[in-house]
Amino acid sequence: MSITAEKIVPITKTDRERLVPFLIRELKPKGKLITPFNLISLPVILLGLVLLVIRFAKGLGSITNLSQEYPWGLWIGFDVITGVAFAGGAYVITFMVYVLGMKKYHPIARVTILNGFLAYVFYAGALLLDLGRPWNVVNPIIGNSFGVSSVLFLVAWHFMLYMIAAFVEFSPAVAEWLGMRRLRRLLGSLTLGAVIVGITLSMLHQSGLGALYLMAKPKIHPLWYSEFIPILFFVSSIFAGLSMVIFEGTLSQRVFGSQVSSEHHSSHDDIVRSLAKVCGYTMLVYMFLKELDLVHGKEWTYLNTGMGHWYLVETTGFVLIPCIMFLRCTATGSIRMCRVASILTLIGIVLNRLNVSIIAFKWYEPVRYVPSWMEIEITLAVIFAEILAFRWIVNRMPVLREPPAWARESHRLEREDVRKERVIWKSSSI
Amino acid sequence: MDRRDALKTMGLLGASTLLGDSAAAEERASDAEFFGVLVDTTRCAGCRNCEFVCAETNGLPDPPDDDSVLEQERKPSVTQWSVVNRYETDRGEVFVKRQCMHCNHPACASACLTKAMLKTGRGPVIWRESKCMGCRFCMISCPFDIPKFEYNSPVPKIQKCRMCWERLAEGEQPACVEECPEEALTFGPRRELLDIARRRIYKSPDRYLNHIYGEHETGGTGWLYLAAVSFEQLGFRADLGTEPYPELTKNFLYSVPVVFALMPLFLLGVSGATKRADESEGIPDEHHG
Repeated sequence: MSITAEKIVPITKTDRERLVPFLIRELKPKGKLITPFNLISLPVILLGLVLLVIRFAKGLGSITNLSQEYPWGLWIGFDVITGVAFAGGAYVITFMVYVLGMKKYHPIARVTILNGFLAYVFYAGALLLDLGRPWNVVNPIIGNSFGVSSVLFLVAWHFMLYMIAAFVEFSPAVAEWLGMRRLRRLLGSLTLGAVIVGITLSMLHQSGLGALYLMAKPKIHPLWYSEFIPILFFVSSIFAGLSMVIFEGTLSQRVFGSQVSSEHHSSHDDIVRSLAKVCGYTMLVYMFLKELDLVHGKEWTYLNTGMGHWYLVETTGFVLIPCIMFLRCTATGSIRMCRVASILTLIGIVLNRLNVSIIAFKWYEPVRYVPSWMEIEITLAVIFAEILAFRWIVNRMPVLREPPAWARESHRLEREDVRKERVIWKSSSI
Repeated sequence: MDRRDALKTMGLLGASTLLGDSAAAEERASDAEFFGVLVDTTRCAGCRNCEFVCAETNGLPDPPDDDSVLEQERKPSVTQWSVVNRYETDRGEVFVKRQCMHCNHPACASACLTKAMLKTGRGPVIWRESKCMGCRFCMISCPFDIPKFEYNSPVPKIQKCRMCWERLAEGEQPACVEECPEEALTFGPRRELLDIARRRIYKSPDRYLNHIYGEHETGGTGWLYLAAVSFEQLGFRADLGTEPYPELTKNFLYSVPVVFALMPLFLLGVSGATKRADESEGIPDEHHG
């Protein structure tokens, strides 16, 4: 024990003096500046910023096609509602790793949490761009006007709290990057609590995003409106999130391949296959619920209409088919099939969320909402900004690569300490 | 008797939603009864006086003077809270004034996360500038599509009829009611308006359809309509149902605290269970490094 106490030294003054130059050094870009990705993403982000200046100076109408008939467009329907569904992987993976103790998924836990956290910061953050009177955004927070009967009130609070929880879950990586050993230990001990709060919050706001549309009953096509919409959104966020993990993992392996730990490399295919299985079975549950809703609401009469065919495209082409592929690829072991299935699933989620929020929303209106190029531009800017933030962090912090030796060491010792304490406690009780 | 009890309950419900606002607190009458307006479309001559007086009272730009605007169906807008439409029906031309319905259980107010939309104790549903953050969830939720948003302003407001709630507080009628030359609009406590409406239907069953639009629709609205023809011919939706819209989110909202209380306990339990299994494996683990 005395050896370990020496090893985990508190941060010294010299460390602290070293921290500032370290941060300055780290803030600079690493790697080549002129890459195809940078050449595309940076102009898009800059143009997005210019458009945002116009938007805040002249109002939402200056750059969006929003109207009195369609108050919520691409920024809510895609950025927020679809983006948050894609971020669902974080709560599912943390549930499997930290609550169920499935060590197999540990190598992807950090990157998934980081993705989830950034998705919330950027995509849920995009909500602020859409607010007409963003200076009043503090009203539901500081307590002078709590609209507790509002689903949006809950969603807003849950977003905020979840961002904090996800940051706490990720924070050990920050501490490892900064070389703060004591802090790392403290933050590590908070992980399980943050995970449990995070899962609970996720369940509620994933379903809450669906519940936003409950009062839009006469405005949403009966094939998409359902009193079970919160449950459908929650269940679909599980396979949406995991499909994103599979898809994003494939990309990360290519882009950041050099950083990926050997442990991760060897287990990656196995992880993908297992996640595919979870996706496949969750999609079966989802399809059962969809079916139940269809029969329960006697909505099959709509199936042979234009909207009905569109519904069948979504549910067959992008739920049923990827579901079969997921279940088959776990049997045949084809990783490529898993990846294709995950992409189809993601498209299906985009379709479903856009259907509820835009396409099947007021399907009867003569003048339909189509996003302006500027709305799409800003959505792209938000996505690129998120990817840049992700890259910046992955290149600096131990996300894909292994934590520094001292962190691994202290983590192992921590676990041993706990075990020893339990053994002592047990033996003393005897 | 049932109806009176129901109204009392609704009044109490309305009053109980008024938390923390001083202006509204004054209105929290103990036996609050919602006020409303009865619109008799068989009397309306389409003079559009109500449109002009509405604009004048509320500082909105003058509506177009030209009656050619009647050729198209209009909706209330950011600059015009009240519009009159002309419909060709089986029983000839019918004029219908449209504005906020001032629901007994407004979806917009229950959707509002800052309580900017508020059902006041007397009945008007009002919008409060200092609270609103411009999320437009009220517009998504309103079954009548009434709240309008100023898309072309950096300091946008939600625009909708407020049933002249300041005038009501001073014991006056809404401006449009006062100025209606045909007495097509009647202001009063909702219960009395329903009585008047019924009396008119009983007296002249040939003149009226036996349906008061707003009596039950969306759980009851402050503005009630009488007509000679089916309301669908007059641009009203017949598929809104009689359930108050906030009821649609009630189950979800009730389940939130339950999930919040029980889910963490469940997860703690599960994680505890896996930890213990982990521990028993832990000892050989240590030996293998």
